[in-house]
Amino acid sequence: MTLTHEPIEGEHFIVVSETTGDEWEIVVGLEVHCELATVTKLFCGCPNMFGDEPNTNVCPVCLGLPGSLPVLNENVVELAMRLGRALQCSVEPSVFARKNYFYPDMPKDYQVTQFDRPINVDGWLDLPDGTRVGIERAHIEEDTGKNSHAGGSGRIHGADYSLVDYNRAGVPLVEIVGRPHIRHPEQAKTYIDELRAILLTTGASDAKMEEGSLRVDANVSVRRVGDPELGTRCEVKNLNSLRSLGRAIEYEARRQVDLLESGERIKQETRHWDEGAGRTRAGRSKEEAEDYRYFQEPDLVPLVPSAEWIAAIDAAMPPLPAARREALAVASGLAVTESGVVIAVQRDLDQLALATISAGGDGKRVLTHVEHNLSGEGSAELDPATFAQLVGLELGGQLTATQAKTVLAEMLVSGRAPEVIAAELGFEAMDSSELEGIVDGLIAESPEEWSDFCTGDDKKRAKLQGFFTGKIMKATKGQADGKAVAALLESRRAESL
Amino acid sequence: MSAIPSTAIEIAAAVRSGSLSAREVLDDHLARIDARDGEINAFNLVMVDEARAAAAAVDAQVAAGEDPGPLAGVPLALKDNLCTHGIPTTCSSRILEGWRPPYDATVVQRVNAAGAISIGKTNLDEFAMGSSTENSAFGPTRNPRDTSRVPGGSSGGSAAAVAAGFAPISLGSDTGGSIRQPAALCGVVGVKPTYGLVSRYGLIAFASSLDQIGPFSTTVADSALLLEAIAGYDGRDSTSINAPSPSLIESLGEGVDGLRIGFVTELMGEGIAPDVAARVRQAADALAAAGAQIGEVSVPAAAYGLSAYYLIAPAEASSNLARYDGVRYGMRVDAPTTAEMNAATRTAGFGDEVKRRIMLGTYALSAGYYDAYYGKALKVRTLIVRDFERAYADFDLLITPTSPTTAFKFGDKTADPLSMYLNDICTIPTNLAGHPAMSVPFGGGADGMPVGVQLLAPALGEATMFRAAAVLESAAPALDEVWS
Repeated sequence: MTLTHEPIEGEHFIVVSETTGDEWEIVVGLEVHCELATVTKLFCGCPNMFGDEPNTNVCPVCLGLPGSLPVLNENVVELAMRLGRALQCSVEPSVFARKNYFYPDMPKDYQVTQFDRPINVDGWLDLPDGTRVGIERAHIEEDTGKNSHAGGSGRIHGADYSLVDYNRAGVPLVEIVGRPHIRHPEQAKTYIDELRAILLTTGASDAKMEEGSLRVDANVSVRRVGDPELGTRCEVKNLNSLRSLGRAIEYEARRQVDLLESGERIKQETRHWDEGAGRTRAGRSKEEAEDYRYFQEPDLVPLVPSAEWIAAIDAAMPPLPAARREALAVASGLAVTESGVVIAVQRDLDQLALATISAGGDGKRVLTHVEHNLSGEGSAELDPATFAQLVGLELGGQLTATQAKTVLAEMLVSGRAPEVIAAELGFEAMDSSELEGIVDGLIAESPEEWSDFCTGDDKKRAKLQGFFTGKIMKATKGQADGKAVAALLESRRAESL
Repeated sequence: MSAIPSTAIEIAAAVRSGSLSAREVLDDHLARIDARDGEINAFNLVMVDEARAAAAAVDAQVAAGEDPGPLAGVPLALKDNLCTHGIPTTCSSRILEGWRPPYDATVVQRVNAAGAISIGKTNLDEFAMGSSTENSAFGPTRNPRDTSRVPGGSSGGSAAAVAAGFAPISLGSDTGGSIRQPAALCGVVGVKPTYGLVSRYGLIAFASSLDQIGPFSTTVADSALLLEAIAGYDGRDSTSINAPSPSLIESLGEGVDGLRIGFVTELMGEGIAPDVAARVRQAADALAAAGAQIGEVSVPAAAYGLSAYYLIAPAEASSNLARYDGVRYGMRVDAPTTAEMNAATRTAGFGDEVKRRIMLGTYALSAGYYDAYYGKALKVRTLIVRDFERAYADFDLLITPTSPTTAFKFGDKTADPLSMYLNDICTIPTNLAGHPAMSVPFGGGADGMPVGVQLLAPALGEATMFRAAAVLESAAPALDEVWS
């Protein structure tokens, strides 16, 4: 079975069955839990801190001791609304509910969450590739504690005993439920990247997947291309990295296609991703799913944020990634979907790029450097005026692309002007007649290779192009421009045919 | 005959003036407990050492010229579902055996700050589920007026402690009548305040949307004093009303002249014992004689209150009591897996009535049954609120019996839970509406046992309610006055 990465008819990606050749479409909806970056927990004053000594950030409220009562942290509401508005949701009057089930990491044996009336509803997230992924809801809920199993097998079944750390119990979460608008594993990863950028931009969360402050569950189904009906989905859990997310979706899609093609049905169930084995395993099925007996949490009152509060959040909203890409695309003359534009925003270097462009730097070249040569430390502190000078030298032919890269790296270290660095490194512009002389000399030295280059197949020609380019670079001490060399070789070849 | 005054107001005045020491008051009450609580069983725990230390602190304050507060030196009994820092708090359940809360309930902090001496933790129906205190894991409390009879419940220990003179005042909690019904059966005053007037922080929840803490006392004025001390906004309870504490004592003497008081017809007919109904009519006559206009009023949805209550309260309880799972505190019965340990602990730790209500509530919330049971009960609750609103458009207060009968004998109703549930038929509608109500003793029934008359008021109508209560108190016939 092959997974095509190229979009077919717009945003659709397909799985082609190796056995039947049939085309299948993957449909993914992501549920993301993220911990909000508040100082204190959702319903009490305990620190919201990762990695402290077990059971030190606890009090009667987050331990659910008899008689304790929750009090809603206003800052949680602020951050949840900021995120909701950034996801284009409408903020609605909401109520909290209890989700009842027994589990030792849950102090009250119910989770306070939002059920039929969530705070944020009906928004969307635009991906860099132009896809709009709907957001069904983004609601507030409390996190659970953490179990660890000791002795025996070290897993829950067969452990000698279990320990519970309640530091995480009552930490505020927002669950962002995306609609099934994702069509490819890579797109799912992009969605998470984009969501993470929004979480960071709004200050809602530090969104670290590896620390568990951002957790992703994937609802995966498949259908034959053209089928308007959604297939039966499985919810894949235990996805601890973007890599796991992509692999799990791909595995799950293949598994489902295999089952369907062999005439079986998909059972709606929860499946757990096993990163080591590279496969998903069945968990609870829908039929044996627990009845959570949701009802309105009587210890809390309905949450009705004022119109003024929502307006203040909108007014203070920082520019979001999609808008930043748009601005950079306009300034640079590139498309919003160009990788240079996308990556500049991802690396938070769009402000630098914009300033450099307005200082006279060529947009395309500026973004090429941002994409390929500016990922490290100090990049954001680069002076836009000198960056623009560098791009100017490159554009004027005084520096080759390779030389410009070297000069840029030195600028990041010393902060000196590009002309000074170029002069020190002995980089000089090479005029074209000088280059022609060197190239013609080298062709004359290797007549056999030249003949093969001119008449050989694509593979041979590519190999010999490398051979000649290497010799030319050596002879010019790397000062020749790669593009100029390639163009010259091509014109000489055309002449000799 | 003790030289110690019988009311909280008199004791506090004497202690504040220095004419009586808190230690003397405490010793006197501890002696009464010693003499009779073996028979009554009002207390799960008498806090002798803590009470002595608190009394000494109050006496030291007075000696230093400081004012210990409006409850200076007044012994006070706490229902054993109110959390007390470092002191066992059991809800009269085995499942909480050995648990000591690491904090005080807000009401406990407030009475301590007002100078009261917390003297002990009183018995209750397990987790406040019951109307006779027979559901306690630590044995029933007996009615001090006749020890062959129940004191009512669930706050039977707090009612009996006041009736027996173990403490002039006590605190209970009222979810469907658990303060008012035992107050009526023991012949004392009991008040359920407006929902949200008194913080629930530290009250171990039975049914969160209905629970409310309130006072017991022998006089209307003492309940006013205690309610003033515990009422008022608390940031730790999200359902707490953000309004100043009401002034009750200063309006106690204002009488009922011109007040419109309605008989609730639905709660005066079937199921109400004739002697109780007669006392309620007599009470209404007394109010009329004091200048009130008495009329009849219908609260039709009240008839469905009991049914709605027995879905809503168990539903919330099924969730509130889930945390007693053997993992963190209290009893644990070990078993091979966590789920089996949870089940074994709960099987051994909870009594029959608690299990019955957990099952009822779990069922009422289950997928497929929610709409027919819990959902419908919520609608009835809305209708009751609406009916009360209509009634209060024409009346300032309503009057009903507190309990359909006087105190019954032990074992009379334990075999049939439904007959026990009917005890709360007159008290439940107020909890569903979130309104205040109180029971005032008004003579005796045909059996010579006390009758309680219930006064109901709209939300935050406590001041008016207490004015009428004071009138009833002064007009009340003596308990031994022959019933005609």
